[in-house]
Amino acid sequence: MDWTALELSLRLAAFTVVLLLPIGIALGRLLAYRDFRGKGLVEALVALPLVLPPTVFGYYLLVAFGAASPLGQLWQQATGRPLVFTFEGLLFASVIFNLPFAVQPMQRGFEAIAPEVREAAACCGMAPWRALLRVELPLAWPGILTALVLSFAHTLGEFGIVLMVGGSIPGETKTIAIAIYDRVQAFDDLAAAQMSTLLLAISLVTIALTFAFSRRVGRRLG
Amino acid sequence: MSRVEGLQVVLRQVGPIPLDAAFDCAPGEVLALVGPSGSGKSTILRSIAGTYAPAAGRVTVGGETWFDGDRGLRVAAHRRRVGLVFQSYALFPHMTALANVAAAMGEAPAVERAERARALLALVHLEGLEQRRPAELSGGQQQRVAVARALAREPRVLLLDEPFSAVDRATRQRLYREIAELRRGLEMPVVLVTHDLDEAVMLADRLVVLYRGRTLQSGTPQEVTTRPASAEVARLVDLRNLFDAEVAARDPADGRLLLDWAGLRLEARAGPEGATAAPGDRVTWVVPDGFVVLHRRDRPSRGEHENPVAGRIGMLLPIGQTAHLTLLPDHAPEQRLHFSVPLHVARRNGLEPGVAAAVSLLAEGIHVMPSRGE
Repeated sequence: MDWTALELSLRLAAFTVVLLLPIGIALGRLLAYRDFRGKGLVEALVALPLVLPPTVFGYYLLVAFGAASPLGQLWQQATGRPLVFTFEGLLFASVIFNLPFAVQPMQRGFEAIAPEVREAAACCGMAPWRALLRVELPLAWPGILTALVLSFAHTLGEFGIVLMVGGSIPGETKTIAIAIYDRVQAFDDLAAAQMSTLLLAISLVTIALTFAFSRRVGRRLG
Repeated sequence: MSRVEGLQVVLRQVGPIPLDAAFDCAPGEVLALVGPSGSGKSTILRSIAGTYAPAAGRVTVGGETWFDGDRGLRVAAHRRRVGLVFQSYALFPHMTALANVAAAMGEAPAVERAERARALLALVHLEGLEQRRPAELSGGQQQRVAVARALAREPRVLLLDEPFSAVDRATRQRLYREIAELRRGLEMPVVLVTHDLDEAVMLADRLVVLYRGRTLQSGTPQEVTTRPASAEVARLVDLRNLFDAEVAARDPADGRLLLDWAGLRLEARAGPEGATAAPGDRVTWVVPDGFVVLHRRDRPSRGEHENPVAGRIGMLLPIGQTAHLTLLPDHAPEQRLHFSVPLHVARRNGLEPGVAAAVSLLAEGIHVMPSRGE
């Protein structure tokens, strides 16, 4: 059992979710309520990770984050560390490839709020930020929670992109999914089985809890 | 600028929803915007509330300008003190009735808001239901929460968007009475949007008739329903006895008009609109059902000398205790006259299709309008 890899995966998933919460709310809300030029393109870009092979996606991220790229150089200057093959680089990649899992459920959550209810918030004298906190977020909450759980579970399981962008550096970029592959390659079936079972259990429990919670909220809102 | 009381609205735009509307509403007055679906009623209401931005026009409330297309001024919806009752009520589903009402009270201390919200819920007869969520309330109860929430902001104008369309008939009748009672205590202008003319007549002090975003006429329910400004308005307020005639003569002494209706002479009281009509002019005239009086075999009356029209009964349709009839006049059977009598009167006078009958068209009810130009 590679506890370091598990800890790293959980840390990566937690940071990803924390970063995706505001990004997902802002993007999901924008796509739900606003019409603008290029909206179709933005939606397509957000959905891209769903259809692109992880290796292809990972390759482009590697190029974009690499020491030769403007982004990689900027990061190197600001932090003194490279962006590829580091935890930070992995975190950036994780946020990007989880965008569809975070944005789409949140977008649906915001879309599900009746336009009159949002108008009513304005007519009740709520400024936009107040309406967001008191009306929109509580009502879109099931969608937001689904988004966070999906992103969390998906981060734990992602393999191809992690390998491309992070490599397999223990304690830095070697996540549990890679550790499992590593153990299988080394014919350590017991460790692979233990880690797989653990990952399965974590994924199942989080998703079951989300479904149960969403149903309860659904009943409450009638 | 002197302080102007009440609400003044002028809205204009070509599209996507055409608007050409102008009306005002005094404090304490209930104004009904009536018109068929798609006539722009809700858009006008939203333009007042600020959730819709029209292309041009002006909205002022109590001397305060909320929208001015010329100056590019548009006060944000949440800064306009309006109370809006939505057709679907649009209550916040995750909040209790009490929280829904308190949500419209801004930043006041929680205790004070709860107290006032409780008082408002009591005003709309919802004591004891403060902790229920909208899903646990009936349609009528939700509507009352919506009214309480709209009043919670101490609005400078109260807007009601088809507020009775989603409840059953019995509940609606009860809500009508409650609204009529409630409005006596209200000092702000109240604008009611409805497609139901009866509802508008019952609840409003004044009606504004809308068609495709255009205000066709405004006046008291009595004026609009008996003296429509045009054939278009007459149709919209469901006046079916709409005919064309020629002015045969005009009495200069009392302004009475003599009309030639397909060969039959009719005497009409010339209203302000008919005052300019001269002999030879084509006009359109209308007579509300209530001014078509049946000549009763069982009880003849002196009114029978007034504009008598003889003919045959075309159709008899009993609805409840009322018989709805058409008379095909002998001089022009295609010009069907609609009228109604209590069902027992129809029976006692042997009225049925094909039977000869006569009616009088009361001169005071005949309203002359400009020709609809067919």
